[in-house]
Amino acid sequence: MSAAQLKRREFLALSAAGTGALVLGHHVPATAQDGSETLEFNPFVRIAPDDTVTLILHKPENGQGAVTTLCMLLAEELDCDWQRLQWEFAPVARVYGFPLQGTFGSLGVRTSWQPLREAGAKARVMLQSAAAQRWGVDIAQTRTENGRVHRVGSTDSFSYGELALEAAQLPVPETVALKSPDQYRLIGKPTPRRDTLAKITGTARYGIDVRMPDIAFAVLERCPVFGGRVASFDDSRTRAFPGVIDVVQVGRGIAVLATNTWAAMEGRKLLDIQWDLGPNASLSSERIREMQRELLQHSGAVARSEGDVEAAFANAAQKVAVTYEVPYLAHTTMEPPNTAVRLDEQGCEVWSGTQIPGICHSSAVAAAGLEAEQVKVNTLFIGGGFGSRGGGNVYTEAVEIAMVTGRPVNLLYTREDDIQQDRYRPCSMVNLEAALDAEGWPVALRGRVSCQYFQALQNGLDREAVAGLADNDYAIGAQHFEYVPLELDVPTNFWRSVGASQNVYFMESFLDELAAAGGKDPVELRLHLLRDAPRLRRVLEIAAERAGWNTPAVPGRHRGVACVSCFGSHNAQVVEVSVDQGRVRVHKVTCVVDCGQAVNPLTVRQQMEGGIVYGLTAALRGEISLADGRVQQSNFHDYDALRIDEMPEIDVFIVPSEDPNPGGIGETSTPAIAPAVVNAVFAATGVRVRRLPLEKHLPTLLAESQQQDSHAINSGGTIHA
Amino acid sequence: MATITFTLNGQPRTVEAEPQMPLLWVLRDILNLTGTKYGCGMALCGACTVHIDGNPVRSCRTEIGFVAGRSVTTVEGLGTPDALHPVQRAWLELDVPQCGYCQSGQQMSAAALLARNPKPTDADIDAAMRNNICRCGTYQSIRAAIHRAAEIQALAMDAMAPAEEGRV
Ligand code: FES
Ligand code: FES
Repeated sequence: MSAAQLKRREFLALSAAGTGALVLGHHVPATAQDGSETLEFNPFVRIAPDDTVTLILHKPENGQGAVTTLCMLLAEELDCDWQRLQWEFAPVARVYGFPLQGTFGSLGVRTSWQPLREAGAKARVMLQSAAAQRWGVDIAQTRTENGRVHRVGSTDSFSYGELALEAAQLPVPETVALKSPDQYRLIGKPTPRRDTLAKITGTARYGIDVRMPDIAFAVLERCPVFGGRVASFDDSRTRAFPGVIDVVQVGRGIAVLATNTWAAMEGRKLLDIQWDLGPNASLSSERIREMQRELLQHSGAVARSEGDVEAAFANAAQKVAVTYEVPYLAHTTMEPPNTAVRLDEQGCEVWSGTQIPGICHSSAVAAAGLEAEQVKVNTLFIGGGFGSRGGGNVYTEAVEIAMVTGRPVNLLYTREDDIQQDRYRPCSMVNLEAALDAEGWPVALRGRVSCQYFQALQNGLDREAVAGLADNDYAIGAQHFEYVPLELDVPTNFWRSVGASQNVYFMESFLDELAAAGGKDPVELRLHLLRDAPRLRRVLEIAAERAGWNTPAVPGRHRGVACVSCFGSHNAQVVEVSVDQGRVRVHKVTCVVDCGQAVNPLTVRQQMEGGIVYGLTAALRGEISLADGRVQQSNFHDYDALRIDEMPEIDVFIVPSEDPNPGGIGETSTPAIAPAVVNAVFAATGVRVRRLPLEKHLPTLLAESQQQDSHAINSGGTIHA
Repeated sequence: MATITFTLNGQPRTVEAEPQMPLLWVLRDILNLTGTKYGCGMALCGACTVHIDGNPVRSCRTEIGFVAGRSVTTVEGLGTPDALHPVQRAWLELDVPQCGYCQSGQQMSAAALLARNPKPTDADIDAAMRNNICRCGTYQSIRAAIHRAAEIQALAMDAMAPAEEGRV
């Protein structure tokens, strides 16, 4: 018997004794939190003698529907009873993706598609083999349905639970055939979410809800200027506040611990801290914009270069050159960041609603100075991720506080902390130029991006900083894009759709400008330029058709369009807006997506809607600004979110796709909404908004354009469109 | 410290707390009733919405001292898995939640709306629900679910009506 087999036997025995449940054909030692064990078998499914099937869910749930979608993938191939399928969050282990175990990049379904269907199919084959052995027939004489193995041509059957013990002893098949799309029973069908009941009865457990005996509720006062440190502090008034248990200094500031969160917050207000503000105390948004303008004078790392750009510009019939910019953005997930930690002789246990349990684990290991197997991470529901809940400081901070105080703690970011101590979607400024031929078609594009980086540079380039721009699908013969990194201490991070969140606005609004300059219809221009991108072209055609692009809008309403391929999917949006006294109202969004095989159309629709609302909030009013090194916004009164009374009607249409594999859905719809709205605002007002957010800059631009108009009239000039 | 007695989800409760302590944190940190959520602490987001004597209030800005002698309902008291409130039934039917974090507050606001306005228009929904933020963008589903909850509530009342008459 090989070591692997032996281990499996041992684990099965252990598991059967301990929980009465059997892990089918694999083992996951509870100690293998860092994945140090080599796990030879499939780790995703457990079947108990009582017929309960459990999916070990290796993707966290932050609202994107991972629980339901991944259950569907497993159940499709396992043929288990959908009603009796349970799930639980996976521990941290290499087999689940450690060190980057988690949900990000709209990859959850894409990276689970093959392994989970295979896990289901292999388990099913093992169950069929066990039944075939009992009956003394060939496996071909068995079939499965709804959690039972049936003997073909007879009424004999066994439930999965009855077969689990024998099946688990059988060898795991090396390869299995997966269903073809015409055999799907679950995939592609709108399927109710399995986490809804918990979420509507208040029983779903998020990180913020972690309670345990002696737990202290903690908040941490951090330096308001990035990179600053505590010079000295006086906590005497804090300690006198009823309920305050302790005040401790950790790496990033002063933590107040109390018997309840309110006392911690109130006690924190009473701290008297002298800060060493460090080198960023005079940083401001205006200063950063000056730096960007200066950087744009210099050449940068080349992100794309093709065709003879110089020649195209030299021969251009018309040239357009403009500058676009977007501000920093915070994430403001509805649940602010938090993490609970308990340390004891055995090690460190962490509870967090984290998008990347792998990073949470590594951070805790480093902060606690423990061995990997001494740290256990418990994944909980996440009250919104949007890119914010991957790394960050919260894990380290919570572990440090627990280490100093020796008590279990749950560290909470207040909303103010969340907004002022986030890691931000970077601000960006770009210069864009285009050359048009005599017929008004663009023949060359040139762009230079000045932006902080989202991730480490490779050869001077951050691909995300130019994503959605340099990788556009338009057949414009000559294109050249450069990236000039902006070096600042402002912490940056992924934000729903990352680089595309800003660059698609630049690209798609600029393209609209080129349509206007060349006398083309915006849809016509795009269709012409998308001749080599058939899937994107098709969603654009369908969106234009569904939105009635070629028919007049309701009087007072104006349309705008934008489209993009990103995260393995293809999306086009047509919006209808009205503009009243500088206020933009978005009435309708037609959103057409080709996301390959839509596994659960219900969650695809939800993600399309959610991504649009998220992008629309940012386009209309999202701005984090800096003055004196401090973030100026602090809560929803000055960093507001879209409300229900501003909600447009969103018509989501999922295109039946030729691609049998799923594309990403979590971020796909965020990029196009800003340019679609900006383009509609242009259609409504003739004013081009080249700087977001709209609600801040549009009124000024409208006033300027009116002044110009009246100036033109007063001086007897002609008004040009 | 003060001793404060109030009714919570139909049961009498007594807590020891500073009278200025917001109800939100009494619920979450003293009574371990964590279905009511913190989102802003400034009455801006609605995540903490509960009912006091039937009215929707932001528990993050409601001092526990004010609650003495009153009746508080939280999401835990709205319905149970076996006997869901019409709002919860509609929320389940339409699969409203995404991350779910805002949904306790959304449902409490919606339930209060339906209690005083059994057939709300879109404009009524806008007015009653605009103080509840959902960062996941579930507003379209929320609107549909409130209309659906109104139907469910009306059907339940119709079903009850003959029985009541029968009893007379
Ligand atoms: S937490 Fe009370 S309204 Fe936001
Ligand atoms: S469902 Fe996530 S904030 Fe509303």
